[in-house]
Amino acid sequence: MPLPYYVSPEQMMQDKAEYARKGIAKGKSIIALEFSGGVLIVAENPSASLNKISEIYDRIAFAGAGRYSEFERLRKEGIRYADLKGYAYGREDVTAKSLASAYSQVIGNIFSMEIKPLEVEILVLEVGEGSAPNELYRIAFDGSIADERGYATIGGQAEELKLFLRDKYADGLDLERALRLATRALEAAASQKVKAATLEVAVLERDRAARKFRRFGLAEVRDLLEREGNGGA
Amino acid sequence: MEPHFKWSEAGPSFFDFLRQQEPVLLPHFAMEGQASREGVLPVPAGTTVLALRYRDGVTMAGDRQATEGHQVASRRIEKVYAADDYSAIAIAGAAGPCIEMARLFQTELAHYEKLEGMGLSLEGKANKLAQMVRGNLPLAMQGLVVVPIFAGYDLKRDEGRIYKYDVVGGRYEEAEYYAIGSGGKDARASMKKLYRPDLAEDEAVHLALEALYDAADEDIGTGGPDFVRRIFPNVKLVTRAGIQEISDDRVAAVCEAIVNARRSTPS
Repeated sequence: MPLPYYVSPEQMMQDKAEYARKGIAKGKSIIALEFSGGVLIVAENPSASLNKISEIYDRIAFAGAGRYSEFERLRKEGIRYADLKGYAYGREDVTAKSLASAYSQVIGNIFSMEIKPLEVEILVLEVGEGSAPNELYRIAFDGSIADERGYATIGGQAEELKLFLRDKYADGLDLERALRLATRALEAAASQKVKAATLEVAVLERDRAARKFRRFGLAEVRDLLEREGNGGA
Repeated sequence: MEPHFKWSEAGPSFFDFLRQQEPVLLPHFAMEGQASREGVLPVPAGTTVLALRYRDGVTMAGDRQATEGHQVASRRIEKVYAADDYSAIAIAGAAGPCIEMARLFQTELAHYEKLEGMGLSLEGKANKLAQMVRGNLPLAMQGLVVVPIFAGYDLKRDEGRIYKYDVVGGRYEEAEYYAIGSGGKDARASMKKLYRPDLAEDEAVHLALEALYDAADEDIGTGGPDFVRRIFPNVKLVTRAGIQEISDDRVAAVCEAIVNARRSTPS
């Protein structure tokens, strides 16, 4: 009987991480940006029906990059978690922080216990109530969690996008400028023009009543991007 | 109890998810159990709610009083709730389970919409509510009856629609108007004489409040407009543009007009 090979834990984790990174690198990227009216989320997504961005709860949104089936499942579980908590306690008791840490636990467990890690990176975003600050959490394939300020990026070109935004991002952008900046960043990372039809855009709007999440229609995105063309910068 | 985060095989229904995963959180009405006729505790009961179709959609209204036996339990209870942007639910019966059912139904609709990426059809919402009413049967046998009216705007058909229910979860569509609760019959009698399908918004609001006034006049459980405390019935409109609550000031003005008109002919 052949002896099973010994693989060191370091080696195993490295292999898993490499596997997950490769899977995520194949996918398109997503940017979340704080703007004057809340949080803008822009994803490159050629499909009009298979969404990468979703509403989770009144003030909380989700975005997932990588393998669709996996982040879609995370999204659904997140909605169940949030609705259950809001129903058992109260609507204000559902926070991005607790959801992000729950995600981090689940993804981290799968990374260390299962043979195949999840090939996903996700964002959990919350728009602050009144003058409270927004919260942007990025959770990686191994469950590591980061609390971002200003902007957060995930997906294949997350690093390039981050570098681009580090120089160009400024506080207090309006919606139009923020969308323009996000589109530019995506164009720079992909080094090609991005069409409105391939963008999935949503916002968490601070001033909206109750449910702050709003998805943009194609016409609206096109309108905003065209205005940009005329306005110039 | 902290909600657990776990992989589940639940579908898009929050109600089913609760039943499978967290049954302790279910309101009494949906718990499995044997019904017994003994030991029913006195609980506050809500009284008259109504819905009627008009030119632009539907209007729903309810008085604000809850009674416990022959006592007033609450003067400000709400019985008409927005279920989502295009529908409303009004409930008569045992107040506690009623409010809980409305809250669960609101969560149910938003939950489905978020998971599936699109809202349920009006028919689908009405059917889901029927299942929830059916779940209350054991408690209904003990006297804690919860019966809703559900109304909304059907965006596909481009019209307002009204559904009424019975205790066992039977679901029936009403073409014109309906009212339930202890003063429901009086409100229906009032609407029967005054209803027209082509009512304008103002007329529909007026008729709804007139019918509630008649219900309060005849039925001791139903509260009339309270000019001393400034408590007035809740009125909601559901149209193509969504759901909208009529302001207290506007309701007060209509109630005042109704009372003034009756001063001259008190009958």
